Amino acid sequence: MRFVIVAGTPSSGKTSVMVHTIRHLLRSNLAVAACKIDCLQTSDDARYSRLGIPVAVGLSDYICPDHFYVANLEEIETWAQGQKADVLVLETAGLCHRCAPAVYDCLSVCVIDNLVGVDTPRKVGPMLSSADIVVITKGDIVSQAEREVFRYKVEMENPQARILDFNGLTGQGALALKNEILNCRPLEGISGRELRNPMPAASCSYCAGETIIGKSHQMGIIKKVDFGRGN
Amino acid sequence: MLDKITILGGLDKNGMPEKVQRLEIAAGEVLAAVGPTGSGKTQLISDIEQYAEEETLTGRSVLINNQPVNKNKDKRSLRYLIAQVSQNMNFVIDMSIEEFLLMHAQVRGIREPARTIEEVLAITNHLSGEPVTFSTNLTQLSGGQSRALMVADVAIISNAPVVLIDEIENAGIDRLQALEILTGQGKIVLVVSHDPTLMLMAGQRVVMKNGGMEKICRTTPKERKILEDLVRVEKQVAGLREHLRRGKSIGLDDNREEDNEKERLVLWQKF
Ligand SMILES: Nc1nc2c(ncn2[C@@H]2O[C@H](COP(=O)(O)OP(=O)(O)OP(=O)(O)O)[C@@H](O)[C@H]2O)c(=O)[nH]1
Ligand SMILES: [Mg+2]
Ligand SMILES: [Zn+2]
Ligand SMILES: [Zn+2]
Repeated sequence: MRFVIVAGTPSSGKTSVMVHTIRHLLRSNLAVAACKIDCLQTSDDARYSRLGIPVAVGLSDYICPDHFYVANLEEIETWAQGQKADVLVLETAGLCHRCAPAVYDCLSVCVIDNLVGVDTPRKVGPMLSSADIVVITKGDIVSQAEREVFRYKVEMENPQARILDFNGLTGQGALALKNEILNCRPLEGISGRELRNPMPAASCSYCAGETIIGKSHQMGIIKKVDFGRGN
Repeated sequence: MLDKITILGGLDKNGMPEKVQRLEIAAGEVLAAVGPTGSGKTQLISDIEQYAEEETLTGRSVLINNQPVNKNKDKRSLRYLIAQVSQNMNFVIDMSIEEFLLMHAQVRGIREPARTIEEVLAITNHLSGEPVTFSTNLTQLSGGQSRALMVADVAIISNAPVVLIDEIENAGIDRLQALEILTGQGKIVLVVSHDPTLMLMAGQRVVMKNGGMEKICRTTPKERKILEDLVRVEKQVAGLREHLRRGKSIGLDDNREEDNEKERLVLWQKF
């Protein structure tokens, strides 16, 4: 089974991109299963379901969605194998910009859109820099000049990645992404594979439901602002 | 050097072979794509943008200088081959024109950025009625100013040999000048348009129907004459617009009522 991990900034077009690409995969008679990991709610499952493929949703609720995602990778793989999938598409909500879901030997796709501004590629961090493929969307509504500048900034952050322009509305670019998926080697099993970037610790009192502000309510791994910085 | 783009026909929406099986555009030429909404004009642009190799919906192939494109091998050289300007595109970056043009010039490795961006600004103001300055913020530009800046930037900084233009008729810029600037530099220009003036500015037009290329029409000498008339009328309309916008009136002084259509036309043309 090919294991495709899709991350990206919120509303960048992850689901649009994958829906168009999955259509092409289905046309080539490949069985596809999709899973979405999000925090509180999502309607992406409905969009994937419309393709007539098996869909699962995991909501992390009070846990960092990326930690939740890693802790469930084996289960998600088992589920997709049970669905007899040739390709598993795993869309993650990637919100904190510090965690990156990429795993060695999986195909890691980062979706980012032209509207987020030319400084954003630098801020997105490992989610972008550790991706195999960077998909850039929404080029249809910005100027040629901005597309060129944006793509250059993406390349600066991840010189190795293949970069694909994609129109999430029309599906232009879906064939190229489908070919990238077909070219990646099927995974022999997710157990024992390694994250490309370690995720930061998240086990403080607030992780466990604390809501009151103040030092005396803080326990566990706490990091404070260094006010000396910038002088 | 890019001398020519060829589109080999595929299938229309009914799966029938397109009537036009070979369409060529040479450097310095303008091709117009015409036809009703939904007839396949935008898909034609999309096929060219993707260097289609029979894999898209239409099954068309694109040749460059008579050669098929190898998308994997030629990735680097294909990189800056095509630039696009459309009605839907806007500047979204919150930055002054100067800052942004310098950034773009740097990204494209322009050797004399200061001189180059002066040139872009001059062309922008030549194309748009309302001038902008280097300190104008991109997000404050009107539709016409944005389109003018996009054309100027595509001509000078992006400097792609192929320019795809999707419906800029309502943009409020001097379209004739815009096309002259682009083709003057030996570019291949494809214009999607519903506007007869733009259609006739092209040397040939491909008529789209039901997703397929139906017919190629070369612009006839008679059509070129009509184009001259159209351009003249447009200039007059532009003059009239300025006249009215500056607060002037027509026919106030002599107080004569002009009811005859023909006379009215001649009357405002004088201003
Ligand atoms: N103009 C334009 N809009 C796009 C493009 N791609 C996606 N969109 C729109 O952007 C919005 C968000 O797209 P989604 O596919 O839901 O994005 P997402 O990344 O899956 O969003 P979340 O999963 O909620 O983070 C939708 O309204 C899409 O129609 C594109 O290339 N161009
Ligand atoms: Mg989504
Ligand atoms: Zn995180
Ligand atoms: Zn915490």
